[in-house]
Amino acid sequence: MAKVTIDDTTIEVPDGTSILAAARRIDEQHGTNIAPPTMCYYSKLKTSGGYCRTCIVTVEKGSEKDPRPMPKPVPSCRTNVMDGMVVRNTTSPELLEARAGVVEFLLINHPLDCPVCDQAGECHLQDLSYENGKEGTRYEFQRREFDPIDIGNKIKLHMNRCILCYRCVKTCEQITDGRVHGVINRGDHAEISTYIEKAIENDFSGNVIDVCPVGALTDRTFRFKSRVWFTNPVDAHRDCPKCSGKVRLWMKGEDVLRVTARKDRWGEVEEFICNDCRFDKKQVKDWTIEGPSKVSHHSVISQNHYELKKLQIGVYKHMQKLEGKKVDLGEGALNPNNIEK
Amino acid sequence: MSKKILLTYDHIPGINTLEVYRQHNGYKSLEKALKTMKPDDVVEEVKKSGLRGRGGAGFPTGMKWSFLAKPEGVPRHLVCNADESEPGTFKDRYLMERIPHLLLEGMIVSSYALGASTSYIYVRGEYYYIIKILQNAIKEAYAAGLLGKNILGSGYDLDLYVQPGGGAYICGEETALLESLEGKRGNPRLKPPFPAVAGLWGRPTVVNNVETIAAVVPIVNDGGEAYAKIGIGKSTGTKLISASGHINKPGVYEIELGLPVEEFIYSDAYCGGIRNGKKLKAVVAGGSSVPILPTELILKTAKGEPRLMTYESLSDGGFATGTMLGSGGFIAMDEDTSIVKNLFTFARFYHHESCGQCSPCREGTGWMEKILQKFIDGKATMKDIDLLWDVQSKIEGKTICPLGEAAAWPVAAAIRHFRHEFEEYVRNPQSIHDVKHYYRLNNIQQVIS
Ligand SMILES: Cc1cc2nc3c(=O)[nH]c(=O)nc-3n(C[C@H](O)[C@H](O)[C@H](O)COP(=O)(O)O)c2cc1C
Ligand code: SF4
Ligand code: SF4
Ligand code: FES
Repeated sequence: MAKVTIDDTTIEVPDGTSILAAARRIDEQHGTNIAPPTMCYYSKLKTSGGYCRTCIVTVEKGSEKDPRPMPKPVPSCRTNVMDGMVVRNTTSPELLEARAGVVEFLLINHPLDCPVCDQAGECHLQDLSYENGKEGTRYEFQRREFDPIDIGNKIKLHMNRCILCYRCVKTCEQITDGRVHGVINRGDHAEISTYIEKAIENDFSGNVIDVCPVGALTDRTFRFKSRVWFTNPVDAHRDCPKCSGKVRLWMKGEDVLRVTARKDRWGEVEEFICNDCRFDKKQVKDWTIEGPSKVSHHSVISQNHYELKKLQIGVYKHMQKLEGKKVDLGEGALNPNNIEK
Repeated sequence: MSKKILLTYDHIPGINTLEVYRQHNGYKSLEKALKTMKPDDVVEEVKKSGLRGRGGAGFPTGMKWSFLAKPEGVPRHLVCNADESEPGTFKDRYLMERIPHLLLEGMIVSSYALGASTSYIYVRGEYYYIIKILQNAIKEAYAAGLLGKNILGSGYDLDLYVQPGGGAYICGEETALLESLEGKRGNPRLKPPFPAVAGLWGRPTVVNNVETIAAVVPIVNDGGEAYAKIGIGKSTGTKLISASGHINKPGVYEIELGLPVEEFIYSDAYCGGIRNGKKLKAVVAGGSSVPILPTELILKTAKGEPRLMTYESLSDGGFATGTMLGSGGFIAMDEDTSIVKNLFTFARFYHHESCGQCSPCREGTGWMEKILQKFIDGKATMKDIDLLWDVQSKIEGKTICPLGEAAAWPVAAAIRHFRHEFEEYVRNPQSIHDVKHYYRLNNIQQVIS
């Protein structure tokens, strides 16, 4: 075990825990808000992290054994704690300045055109720039531009918005067969691309949409059907032979507009889902509804407060109409506390 | 301080062939190592020699070798970094072209020391003719029983392969090199784990520069202590310097470490002074990535002592007044050189070569180039100088591999030491294309035709 102090809160964590994981644990246990932001790290994907540099922190004291500070900011997602380590994140003005620099770099080739982007309201970069960026950029040159392309009949790639976090690459590498996509070219010419004329079509490929932190990879069955804050997220499941079948339905009235995997409080997918669940099951009757999803009150999605009762009645009526099926909303679902205040 | 131990025989006709090489002491260190030394004895000699890596960072080679993990039943590898992509550096090319067997001999002895049974020379793809030279030499070595099974009847087996590089500067960074050697995109890996623990195909691996590996030959032949006596202090041995720029005699020189910089520049034994009788303006001492220094600081340290060609003396004073020996790419610039134009060329290079994994390097290198382009176009403002300074500071120290720093340091040093020149281009935009402004800047009355 190692004792580590992050922004003045001390916690004991198993050896081999990253600074980021320790900070997240402090937040979970103490209700603080000190976990560094992440754009490329994804706890569910091996070897992710280390690229974007948004999660950098200052190590003020290396360890009990070697108390020297680390000379440079370190990526908290890929740096492990040591016993006696003292870390500064939100409490270091220099570090916040360095992070603002990273945000400025990330925004060079990511337009802040949130009003027309499908990811608005769910975009980690939008949150990052709001919380850690500056009000303006000093970059005055032409930005790179691409036409959006369809990679397969279900996914659209718009490279204008890609921040090259490698998450989709790791996803394809680790959870799909016959990987056909990756990064081509170098530096700021680098692009996410499929292997010549190939589409991403295997069973789990849709997960790249969920892991993409920005609006670069979008669901062609949902694109521009609605702003996300006009929809109601509902947890649901089905008996699926390919995946856990545990999903989130994004409903508008009685229609299922989109199906995604469920995400945890860090915005990461809990269990990856298959393409059948995601793209082909768009009827309420395909699903057993569990109840409204927990949505953090920080999220813009919580703006569209929906009452459990209304939702319940709406869905119930719809189901009855369709096939007279009784809807099991379950105990938990009836608990209004499921919507965080 | 002229001492040759690597380039003793480079001028001998036919030294690239095994036959002539053997007539000139060739493969003596291999015979000595295999017949009279245990692998650990070789490591010990390298430690005693004080040899430091010649690829740029100057890390002690013996120590690096002793970090190599040796788990039971897991193969280990030696990989020679012959990517040589640092602008201004061309010494490895010279060594491999002239005396390929010296590198091969070093590779076999070093592989024996490290217990590697398969080793690789990763050669810059653009050096295709050198790949051919090395392949021929390897063929000769196999035929003579110097490679393959049971080398010189010692029971030691080694296979050696040459691999053309990916044609990218980043493939010279040791972990990107390993990725490339594995057939993947040349992206640097995050450390830890270090190659000594998990390198090529996850196996313990040592990556060393061509010159480092070649230096193992004289170290084994004459002993580590004899080698340590050459040079000064912790800068032991000799160093190959690729000298270029506005000097009378560009070329590759083997110097004994400790040679005064002034002697290196002005002596006829080396650079032979500045071309056309011009004055020296600045020097990039260790390849394009190291900070540039103006004449007064390259010839003397901040304390006023003569600056020496050693790791310590060149870095004396940190980056405020010092620089680095780096890979030994020594670029001299005369009084007519535009530092800003030159910096623009470097910036363009680093922008082009960034692998793109980390946001600060990927986006920042391009931004710096574009700001510098404004100076070239005569459109820069005073604010751009401060912006450039700020952008480089936001890259430095925030990236996976040192390419971020390699891109940032030259910019920081140019602004630190030549800010007046940037300001001149803001005030008189056209002057960047006309060298006369240097005389105005330096208040020198001079008529230029
Ligand atoms: C961007 C970059 C490029 C590099 N290119 C080279 C190279 O071309 N040749 C080389 O020997 N080392 C190069 N290096 C240094 C290597 O990473 C490594 O330190 C070196 O090969 C180790 O060998 P040594 O211990 O013998 O110096 C480069 C490093 C960086 C960051
Ligand atoms: S497309 Fe999305 S997930 Fe893939 S690298 Fe770009 S930003 Fe990351
Ligand atoms: S610093 Fe630059 S070259 Fe090195 S890993 Fe990051 S993006 Fe690639
Ligand atoms: S989240 Fe740690 S570097 Fe990207």
